[in-house]
Amino acid sequence: MSGVNGAAHGNQLSLDRDLVPPFTALQAMAESSRCLYCYEAACVTACPTAIDIPGFIRKIGTGNVKGAARTILDANIMGGTCARACPTEVLCEQACVRNKAEAEPVAIGRLQRYATDALFKAGVQPFTRQAPTGKHVAVVGGGPAGLACAHRLALLGHEVTVFEARAKAGGLNEYGLAAYKMVGDFAQREVDFILSLGGISVKTGMALGRDVTLAQLRQDFDAVFLGVGLAGINTLGVAGEDLAGVADAVDVIAALRQRTAPPVAVAGPLAGRRVVVIGGGNTAVDAAIQSLCAGAAEVTMAYRRGTAEMGATGHEQDLARTQGVVLRTWLAPREILGAGGAVSGIVLERMAMDAGRLVGTGETVTIPCDVVLKAVGQKLAPGGLDGLALAGGRIQVDETLATSLPGVYAGGDCIKSGEDLTVQSVADGKAAAFAIDAYLKA
Amino acid sequence: MADLRATIAGITSPNPFWLASAPPTDKEYNIVRAFKAGWGGVVWKTLGEDPPVVNVSSRYGALLDSNRALIGFNNIELITDRPLEVNLREIAAVKKAWPDRAVVVSLMAVMTEAAWAGLARRIEPTGADGLELNFGCPHGMCERGMGSAIGQVPEMVEQVTRWVKNATRLPVIVKLTPNITNVLWSAEAAKRGGADAVSLINTINSIASVDLDAMAPTPTVGGKGTHGGYCGPAVKPIALNMVAEIVRNPDTRGLPISGIGGIGTWRDAAEFLALGCGSVQVCTAAMTHGFRIVEDMIDGLSAWMDEKGYRTLADFQGRAVPNVVNWNDLNMNFVTKAKIDKDLCIDCGRCHIACEDTSHQAIRIIPAEGKRLFEVVDEECVGCNLCAHVCPVPDCITMHEQETGRPYLTWPEHPQNPARVLPPKAAE
Repeated sequence: MSGVNGAAHGNQLSLDRDLVPPFTALQAMAESSRCLYCYEAACVTACPTAIDIPGFIRKIGTGNVKGAARTILDANIMGGTCARACPTEVLCEQACVRNKAEAEPVAIGRLQRYATDALFKAGVQPFTRQAPTGKHVAVVGGGPAGLACAHRLALLGHEVTVFEARAKAGGLNEYGLAAYKMVGDFAQREVDFILSLGGISVKTGMALGRDVTLAQLRQDFDAVFLGVGLAGINTLGVAGEDLAGVADAVDVIAALRQRTAPPVAVAGPLAGRRVVVIGGGNTAVDAAIQSLCAGAAEVTMAYRRGTAEMGATGHEQDLARTQGVVLRTWLAPREILGAGGAVSGIVLERMAMDAGRLVGTGETVTIPCDVVLKAVGQKLAPGGLDGLALAGGRIQVDETLATSLPGVYAGGDCIKSGEDLTVQSVADGKAAAFAIDAYLKA
Repeated sequence: MADLRATIAGITSPNPFWLASAPPTDKEYNIVRAFKAGWGGVVWKTLGEDPPVVNVSSRYGALLDSNRALIGFNNIELITDRPLEVNLREIAAVKKAWPDRAVVVSLMAVMTEAAWAGLARRIEPTGADGLELNFGCPHGMCERGMGSAIGQVPEMVEQVTRWVKNATRLPVIVKLTPNITNVLWSAEAAKRGGADAVSLINTINSIASVDLDAMAPTPTVGGKGTHGGYCGPAVKPIALNMVAEIVRNPDTRGLPISGIGGIGTWRDAAEFLALGCGSVQVCTAAMTHGFRIVEDMIDGLSAWMDEKGYRTLADFQGRAVPNVVNWNDLNMNFVTKAKIDKDLCIDCGRCHIACEDTSHQAIRIIPAEGKRLFEVVDEECVGCNLCAHVCPVPDCITMHEQETGRPYLTWPEHPQNPARVLPPKAAE
């Protein structure tokens, strides 16, 4: 990919430099003029939060940049994060009609960042709350779904208390994004911006099932929203997983973002070490590239199927390759080898498709390495969800995002609504807030 | 390669591209650069009687599109602010060094024969090829009784033209102001006065923009602004119309015209030539991009002429004139309708919303797999062209003549015209 969306592919990424740099005013003006201001635009349909994209881009073009930010944030309160972290290449920008016209979409993500950055820089609070309703809603999980829900509920006049298990709110924006996708402390600035509306209090270090129970919340609050994400982590189920040097990719990503160096879970710094990342999703790519950023000598991504089946978008795969990650496909982990209690290599079996089924061929390869990062998916952590019906390993919800328990709603990665993306979580949180509002007023 | 040599009012140039009287033609240095770049001629920036005028600081305003492309341009600069003697010396030097190029000198004076004739007689010995009378400047000079103050009074146009014609053997081109009710009145006056040609349009009275912080018009001179002369791409349609008015008016037909107004490309120039102009004058495009644009103007016009089989400018000069008619001469029975090429369509929906909101509800959306289909409702389409103009894809929406089998019928003959003039046959 090149041109206006051109990530700095030719450049070596680092943990504190933007993958895609912000637009200058001149770039934003020129790019905004490329938008055709489509009627019932395809980009809007492609956005889970249905931001009025032609509308906000036109506002940038007329110099009404803060108005553009308001248009964005009214639909998606985490428009700042989404501008940076959304896989726009499979969402809005994939739908842009300029693809058909010129094989180059309008750089919607970068324009969105330009507008939201301007509003944040100005320190403007563009929203005002409706009159107090006297209702109080508990939101479990301070990630994108929870905060989006809390913000909309607060706007609608309700009081909200957010229960967050970690030390900081922000969820995966704070702990789960590759550092180069969102540099600095933007996730916390965004949280502060959301909370500055008023009506939302956050209690950190409060985990569902440990520090607070669903039953208690249902008793103490008028409604409950669950945005607990997927806190459980899939294991490889192979020998050697307990060796020093084996870690969950999400923990490494969180450590790199929080700058708690060295990432303790890996039993030492990544610098100079040989890393194998198991998995084919965006988390695997994030972990692989960031390992290189942190100084790893060589990084290999191993995935049990082909590139076409990878969860990582083509854009992400290209990014990994150009940064020097070796992508190896049709390899499934069979055993992690150790020496002196530490990882020394990994044995993988060659896989193949046989009559539509993925099967092992019996042939193995061994990659010598010092670190194995597991990125084979997350799952719902069962703690504290007693009494809730589940479906497909996630919390079961109806079309209004209501769970099986009256007054309890859920959204984000802990339900199966769409892709597990920040933007989908924000869409869920907003939709659930409207549903809760209707429930409370019924 | 086509022969681009141009002749107008006896003045010849290797191509029809002249620089208009304006800042780019104020002195020898610029004009030599222009001739080196290939310009066929220049009209030297307007000379006046000494002492020279004094110009203000901040002189130009602009209308830009969102890509900062210059659409319109406005200025409050006056005529040359250099001594007459300096200009005359440089004119002579330039003409001597560039004998094949057209060097026309613009002049302006107060409303006396002595002033105009005196200036003309000073210019003639320089070897200049002709004179252009500046009756157009709509700012500054008009407040001193010059420029458009003369150009807006046909009797004064005629009088001054006659004075200058009597004072010199040089061809005289009268530059017309568009800031009038009817350009024919001043064109006819110029002809009566003996003008060898007219040039048009001069700039249009304008305020380029209002600075919303200073609360003053732009360009802003110490917190105040004034109206200035508007030019650039945006004025081309106005200029084309005024040229066409003069070229098809029985009283001015045949009067040579040097076309001016928003010309920036060979295509613009060809349009003015097709309406009968013998040369064209350029300013804003040169001020935007520099003199080098003439290379493509020459190359592009030549290539287009070769493609069309035109060997000389005369082969197509005025070719469009017979097709410029009054509204009352249009065929009321002609029908054209839009057609949308679904393969070229990129699904932006602009045609639909433009037609739906502001016109005839003649483009419907048919939901389809992958992308919407846009279809013209023939019964509702009036052939207005709006959809074709707002479509971002060239040739995606095209207009198609419909076979009606009905004869050419003008409004005066139309059955719905209450003042219908019955054709002789029907009257029987």
